[in-house]
Amino acid sequence: MRRWFFAALLLPTLLLLSMQLPSGDDILERVDRNASSSTKMAVSKMVIHGKRESRSIEAKSWQRGTSETFTEYLAPAREKGTKMLKLKDLLWTYSPSTDRTILVSGHMLRQSVMGSDLSYEDMMEDPHLPNIYAAKVSPEETMNGRTCWVLDLTAKKEDIAYHSRRIWVDKTRYVILKENLYAKSGKLLKTMEVREVMEVQNRWMAKNLLYKDVLKDGGGTEFIIMELEIDPPIPAHFFSKAVLRK
Amino acid sequence: MIRFLFKGLMRDRSRSLFPVLIVTTGVMLTVFLHAYVQGLITIMLQSTAHYRTGHVRVTTKAYAAEADQLPNDCALLGIDTVIAELRHRYPDLQWTPRIRFGGLLDIPDEHGETRSQAPVFGLAVDLLSQDTLERRLLNVHQAVVRGRVPQKHGEIVIADELAQNLDVSPGQTATLISSTMHGSMAVANFTIAGTVRFGIAALDRGTMIVDLADIQQALDMETGAGEILGLFPDDVYHDERASAMAAEFNSRSSNLADEFSPAMGTLRTESGLSDYLDIFAVYSGIVISIFVAAMSIVLWNAGLTGSLRRYGEIGVRLAMGEEKGHIYRTMLAESLMIGCFGSLLGTGVGLAVAYYLQVKGIDVGSIMKNSTMMIADVIRARITPFTFVIGFLPGLIATFLGTAIAGIGVYKRQTAQLFKELET
Repeated sequence: MRRWFFAALLLPTLLLLSMQLPSGDDILERVDRNASSSTKMAVSKMVIHGKRESRSIEAKSWQRGTSETFTEYLAPAREKGTKMLKLKDLLWTYSPSTDRTILVSGHMLRQSVMGSDLSYEDMMEDPHLPNIYAAKVSPEETMNGRTCWVLDLTAKKEDIAYHSRRIWVDKTRYVILKENLYAKSGKLLKTMEVREVMEVQNRWMAKNLLYKDVLKDGGGTEFIIMELEIDPPIPAHFFSKAVLRK
Repeated sequence: MIRFLFKGLMRDRSRSLFPVLIVTTGVMLTVFLHAYVQGLITIMLQSTAHYRTGHVRVTTKAYAAEADQLPNDCALLGIDTVIAELRHRYPDLQWTPRIRFGGLLDIPDEHGETRSQAPVFGLAVDLLSQDTLERRLLNVHQAVVRGRVPQKHGEIVIADELAQNLDVSPGQTATLISSTMHGSMAVANFTIAGTVRFGIAALDRGTMIVDLADIQQALDMETGAGEILGLFPDDVYHDERASAMAAEFNSRSSNLADEFSPAMGTLRTESGLSDYLDIFAVYSGIVISIFVAAMSIVLWNAGLTGSLRRYGEIGVRLAMGEEKGHIYRTMLAESLMIGCFGSLLGTGVGLAVAYYLQVKGIDVGSIMKNSTMMIADVIRARITPFTFVIGFLPGLIATFLGTAIAGIGVYKRQTAQLFKELET
């Protein structure tokens, strides 16, 4: 009799616990776990829908952890051989036509990457969102037929490019499907929308995304992942300045 | 009669010297100020036309809307066709394409790393063609301080002040970091052929001049140019003609729905000088009006003083039966002679001072060092045909008005009391 009594009390408690919303930080941690790997290699295509015309730029990137990335542009001919290296909070670009390595700093970080809707500052951002944002969970919404957590993020520090964000996270796949980025004044600055996802080594990743700088004319920048390898071996010299002039 | 009056004026210096001095001074100031303002306007218009907007400027409508931000993403494309059409439709004008751009000039050390860096304002013009108009407009040859003008592709000239700040000399390599017309980062190497000083503070702070084709390639705008400048062959801005031409061009070529269709603007509208020009026009009018009013008051006063001094003389003339009207008319005739003489003398002195300033100029470089206006450091007066006559009429009118007001006193004299007055 006593056993039944305890079981009757325990069951609703467990049910209630299981129904409780996870915290914003928990969701962000899950998103981060899904996206992160020790190394990554990707071949991608950027289609920039400008005011007058659309242009495609192809690149191959190697990533180690979250703070080291080396990118080499493959096409078009004008950009071929241009390289970019990010090591922690430093970013260099190498132009083969001038054989010069330029440290991208100061106001240059605000410039657009290859004319896209992404800035160098966006590239320099810490991808581990719990480090820089406090998250609050809002009521869930449906996005492209997928049920999503909606998180409102507010910057923990002052010197952040986007003071707040609203992100839509797929509840089962833990992929960010949509993101709105705001200035401190509350003005919407950029949007990101995932158009297609793919499964790679039992993880769900964005395959086709559209970035849009809402302050800029044009149709935004499509980012298409053509090849993706998770945890491939990458030689250590890919993450040193010497690789730029090779 | 005129000879008689003239002799009177010459013999009685107290009647003529003071009014002549006043008129001469006033006219001289008017002539000089007019020439100075004309010089200022001319230099401002010429510098603006040569270095910024031409007398008319053709851009896309989108470019014109944000021209100060150098929006090369909105540049005109297929400029050869556009220039050919402009030359066909307006054969009187000379047309030249330009690209204005901003960026950083980066000087590498022996390892290719940044040694020094500074922001630059770039001007890409047709520097290398045999018959280029830009040689005359920018006057690069005369502006060279060190080195020489670019003679082949890949060479640039930079402001001497900028070269000193960057610690570079002619012959060294400089890397331009800028944006392509699509917004990508543009990096291009150039050899510094020489350093220049234009004597225009806004340009001498940080300008680089480069051949158009080099920048078209560097900024990925092979058939494009930000703007096409048109200049009248006499190098003088004709506002009405330019406005009419722009209105006609825009009604025919500009497509309301297409923000990249070409649109023409005039120096007045494109440079932001419209208000300045209006202010100068009003200012010139005000100066002349104030001169006439002030001189009239002074000469009226002088006339009154003269009348008091000539109280006895006028009384005797009235007593001898001379008509009041005749006396008044002779006084007016005298004033016209004084006015004429003073105006001629004032114009001569004013022209001489203005001519000196036209040749020598005044160096206002220290005042203009932070200026963003396209105006030369040395301001010169400019004598125009109008300068010869601008002081003459006001000088004449002021003397005439002064005497006319003061001379009214003649009519107030009572002939019955004349002898009584003359006795005292």
